[in-house]
Amino acid sequence: MEDDAPVIYGLEFQARALSPQTAETDAIRFLVGTQSLKYDNQIHIIDFDDENNIINKNVLLHQAGEIWHISASPADKGVLATCYSKTADSRVLRCAAVWRMPEESEPGSHESPDDSASTAHALELLCDLDHTAHGSTACVAWEPTGDGSRVVSLADNHILLWDLQASSRRAVLASSASLEGKGQLKFTSGRWSPHHNCTQVATANDTAVRGWDTRTMSQIYCIENAHGQLVRDLDFNPNKQYYLASCGDDCKVKFWDTRSVSEPVRTLEEHSHWVWNVRYNHSHDQLVLTGSSDSRVILSNMVSISSEPFGHLVDDDDLSDQEERRPEDRSQEPPQDGAIATYEEHEDSVYAVDWSAADPWLFASLSYDGRLVINRVPRALKYHILL
Amino acid sequence: MAAAAAGPGPGSGPGDSPEGPEAEAPERRRKAHGMLKLYYGLSEGETAGRPAGSDPLDPTDLNGAHFDPEVYLDKLRRECPLAQLMDSETDMVRQIRALDSDMQTLVYENYNKFISATDTIRKMKNDFRKMEDEMDRLATNMAVITDFSARISATLQDRHERITKLAGVHALLRKLQFLFELPSRLTKCVELGAYGQAVRYQGRARAVLQQYQHLPSFRAIQDDCQVITARLAQQLRQRFREGGSGAPEQAECVELLLALGEPAEELCEEFLAHARGRLEEELRSLEAELGPSPPAPDVLEFTDHGGSGFVGGLCQVAAAYQELFAAQGPAGAHKLAAFARELGGRYFALVERRLAQEQGSGDNSLLVRALDRFHRRLQAPGALLAAAGLAEAATEIVERVARERLGHHLQGLRAAFLDCLTDVRQALAAPRLAGKEGPGLAELLANVASSVLSHIKASLASVHLFTAKEVSFSNKPYFRGEFCSQGVREGLIVGFIRSMCQTAQSFCDSPGEKGGATPPALLLLLSRLCLDYETATISYILTLTDEQFLVQDQSPVTPVSTLCAEARETARRLLTHYVKVQGLVISQMLRKSVETRDWLSTLEPRNVRAVMKRVVEDTTAIDVQVGLLYEEGVRKAQSSDSSKRTFSVYSSSRQQGRYAPSYTPSAPMDTNLLSNIQKLFSERIDVFSPVEFNKVSVLTGIIKISLKTLLECVRLRTFGRFGLQQVQVDCHFLQLYLWRFVADEELVHLLLDEVVASAALRCPDPVPMEPSVVEVICERG
Repeated sequence: MEDDAPVIYGLEFQARALSPQTAETDAIRFLVGTQSLKYDNQIHIIDFDDENNIINKNVLLHQAGEIWHISASPADKGVLATCYSKTADSRVLRCAAVWRMPEESEPGSHESPDDSASTAHALELLCDLDHTAHGSTACVAWEPTGDGSRVVSLADNHILLWDLQASSRRAVLASSASLEGKGQLKFTSGRWSPHHNCTQVATANDTAVRGWDTRTMSQIYCIENAHGQLVRDLDFNPNKQYYLASCGDDCKVKFWDTRSVSEPVRTLEEHSHWVWNVRYNHSHDQLVLTGSSDSRVILSNMVSISSEPFGHLVDDDDLSDQEERRPEDRSQEPPQDGAIATYEEHEDSVYAVDWSAADPWLFASLSYDGRLVINRVPRALKYHILL
Repeated sequence: MAAAAAGPGPGSGPGDSPEGPEAEAPERRRKAHGMLKLYYGLSEGETAGRPAGSDPLDPTDLNGAHFDPEVYLDKLRRECPLAQLMDSETDMVRQIRALDSDMQTLVYENYNKFISATDTIRKMKNDFRKMEDEMDRLATNMAVITDFSARISATLQDRHERITKLAGVHALLRKLQFLFELPSRLTKCVELGAYGQAVRYQGRARAVLQQYQHLPSFRAIQDDCQVITARLAQQLRQRFREGGSGAPEQAECVELLLALGEPAEELCEEFLAHARGRLEEELRSLEAELGPSPPAPDVLEFTDHGGSGFVGGLCQVAAAYQELFAAQGPAGAHKLAAFARELGGRYFALVERRLAQEQGSGDNSLLVRALDRFHRRLQAPGALLAAAGLAEAATEIVERVARERLGHHLQGLRAAFLDCLTDVRQALAAPRLAGKEGPGLAELLANVASSVLSHIKASLASVHLFTAKEVSFSNKPYFRGEFCSQGVREGLIVGFIRSMCQTAQSFCDSPGEKGGATPPALLLLLSRLCLDYETATISYILTLTDEQFLVQDQSPVTPVSTLCAEARETARRLLTHYVKVQGLVISQMLRKSVETRDWLSTLEPRNVRAVMKRVVEDTTAIDVQVGLLYEEGVRKAQSSDSSKRTFSVYSSSRQQGRYAPSYTPSAPMDTNLLSNIQKLFSERIDVFSPVEFNKVSVLTGIIKISLKTLLECVRLRTFGRFGLQQVQVDCHFLQLYLWRFVADEELVHLLLDEVVASAALRCPDPVPMEPSVVEVICERG
């Protein structure tokens, strides 16, 4: 079965930040933030037309500085948060802010994207997540469900919980906690768990993964030495509570049960360099996407620890048109855990990968040289999961 | 009948003379004559001297049977001349005379004989007459004697009868006397302890007493006897119970008791009970030897004791039992078997406990000898009591011990290996204090290899004792087949090699990757060790094993190639891990140096940063270390001054292409384009890729990891102008020194290029330093 060719989009600048537009469930849309020290940075809104395999882009100016991290509000598709750095007085400051995209620049309304940056609209600043007291912000995470009024930001060794008020015009620090210990402790990444009524946040610092309760801002669990080296990213299984994936500089992806953290449930070692990103598919959590600085994106199928270990249970109605395919599918061996596809379209380190919020079979990856690649899950696998 | 009339004339004259008086019919004469002739072997009409060719019926033949004198004379007269007639007449006369004289001689002889015969007959007549008289006298005498005898018999008849009767009475009386004396005799016997005699007396009297018990007197005797017998039995039992007198006497007691008619069932129970007591005594003494407190006698002594004490006793008991209670049939045999099985089981338990104590010791020869004795001793009762399965159980124990020994040796080998590793660790730690590192690495490797090999050989030799020919159990099927193949080859040798690989691999999986709990040199050494095993040692050891233990078993064994593959895989993993660990050490150094520095407000570079020198130093040290154990390996051909040439190229390209101060909006595009084009022509770099077994590959791996780390770290920072220049200087310095270590120097160039390019991108004010200045700084540093 011929898979669709990947769609490649080139940015002019280096880029590290990628996020799906979480609140948008119809169109396949990704947000990409650029890194440039010399020019105004941009946020590219990449709109992918699945049927025609065409990319439409919109460019918004992000004049505050180069973007290190971007995350879209789960409630309002016009709202997003970025972590950016600005250089001032020969110092680099890492800040975070919540922005609103200008109405007219939302894709669809803007039919003829203009190439020149001067005509591009700028983002509208909603509020700053004031960080000066706490150090430079590494990451901002929205509460996954709810009205998009709660945000966690990680600044150096502090974890800060913000309440956004007055349609996000004002950010109030609701509570905070900090990591104490010897040496310079710095959070590198954090994710908000979609389970437990969104009361848990997991963070990564150095080689440890920690879980936090947002109600008390206290540590729930801690996986010391989760990875041999720096932990780069983590993600929660969207369908199976307590399950957590982490990746790091030891080239490994590890899957944890947060109730028993002494040993990982599974370990994947497919990449040949640091793994920067790990993402569970939102619907089919056996599909795990990882991006690495070996320039590869790897799609893994972790059937045995997914919420659908014995295949997807579907109604017979769904199968009626595929009736003749069933027997051979049933006779197949259950797939093994492990990598199922390696995507090598990138030439440089891949620092960000993510699934589309709208189409569970589609994902984007971004490499440092500004190349955005949109790929699909191999059809054979897709049908295998569906049938 | 002319012939018959003429016949007697010339031919039978002398023969006729004795019969002359009886005139007989010529028929009869003829017949008698014929019979005589027949007797003398002459056929009818055949006469001696007659020429064979002449016709027997010729009437002219003088000697023929049918001679006719008339015909003959006629013929003569007719045929012969006168002279011849005269001649024949003289001849005839002469012949007649000769015949006459012959006849006279014969008659004379016959006559003599006849006379002597007559004399003899006469004499006989006289003798017979005398004899007749004597016979008459004899007859008379005999008659007289007969008469007398009859008379005497008649007279003695009465007395004879009486005497017979009296003799009967006498015998009866003697028997009675015996009976009457029986009680006292029995008592005496019992008193004297002559139990056997007593039992014999009792046996003789019992039937009689039984028969005549209705008579009061006998009854009394019987009662007395019974009392005494009871006492006897009592005493016998007493003796039997006291039991101190040893198995043969006990057997005797039992025999007597049996003869006394005691119930065999009960006796056999009791016998066994006593035997049990005795054997349990033995067992207890054995157990005492086992006891924890005193230093137990060595295992050989122990099995000797057990063998002579318990097993010997058991043999005696079994033999006596079978002799005594043979009549008991299969039920008795069952009882004995059960008895032997139970006690044997306890004995085995003791032996096993003792043997278990032996597990710790290293001396196999003593153990094997002890086992041999143990096994040998049990063959006798085993044969005697096949049903009790003692021999099988003994074999089983020996097998179990053999298995445990194998396990013990495997443990020992593992421990020895771990000890070796500990030694190596210490040795690795020690010289570092003395400021010298590495020179002993090859030596250490040789030490470890030889020590492990000698341990393996020692174990093999020690285990080999189990299969020695003189050992009694070595020809059991287990020791011929399974022990050799599954036990020694698979369990011990293959198991050890596997466990060695696992131990080695476990160093790769240690969670503390960061701390590096394992000294990298140890990883390197182990990797080399495994590689050596793969190339030579494994096949050597297995050949050795196969030779020593001629494996006859057909069960599948692990082929050498599989083990070699495992060892190679282990070696590869270890080496890869070594690369990772060493790469990590350098990476950490580089990462810290990049992360902790404030690159924006740094001063103009004057020197290469110390950390870079350190990196080069460490890399050189690693190079030396690896060089001690691994070969150089191949590198791509390069010219001697390649570093300079490439450097100039890369700096000039940068000068022209990337850092030209062109602030047009298309500038970043160009940068991308350039780096992309460059990548199009270069291979993708697998940073943590598997390494080959040579120095260059190892070093390449380490340097790749380090430089990639540097690249990633640089990309996370923002640089000021001088920061960029510092990176430039550092990279040039690295380039000057690192190219020589790697297989393909292009790789170093490419990575360093990318580092500088990334730093330039991360710099808001990218003003590169003059290449000449960079070179000067580097050469000075």
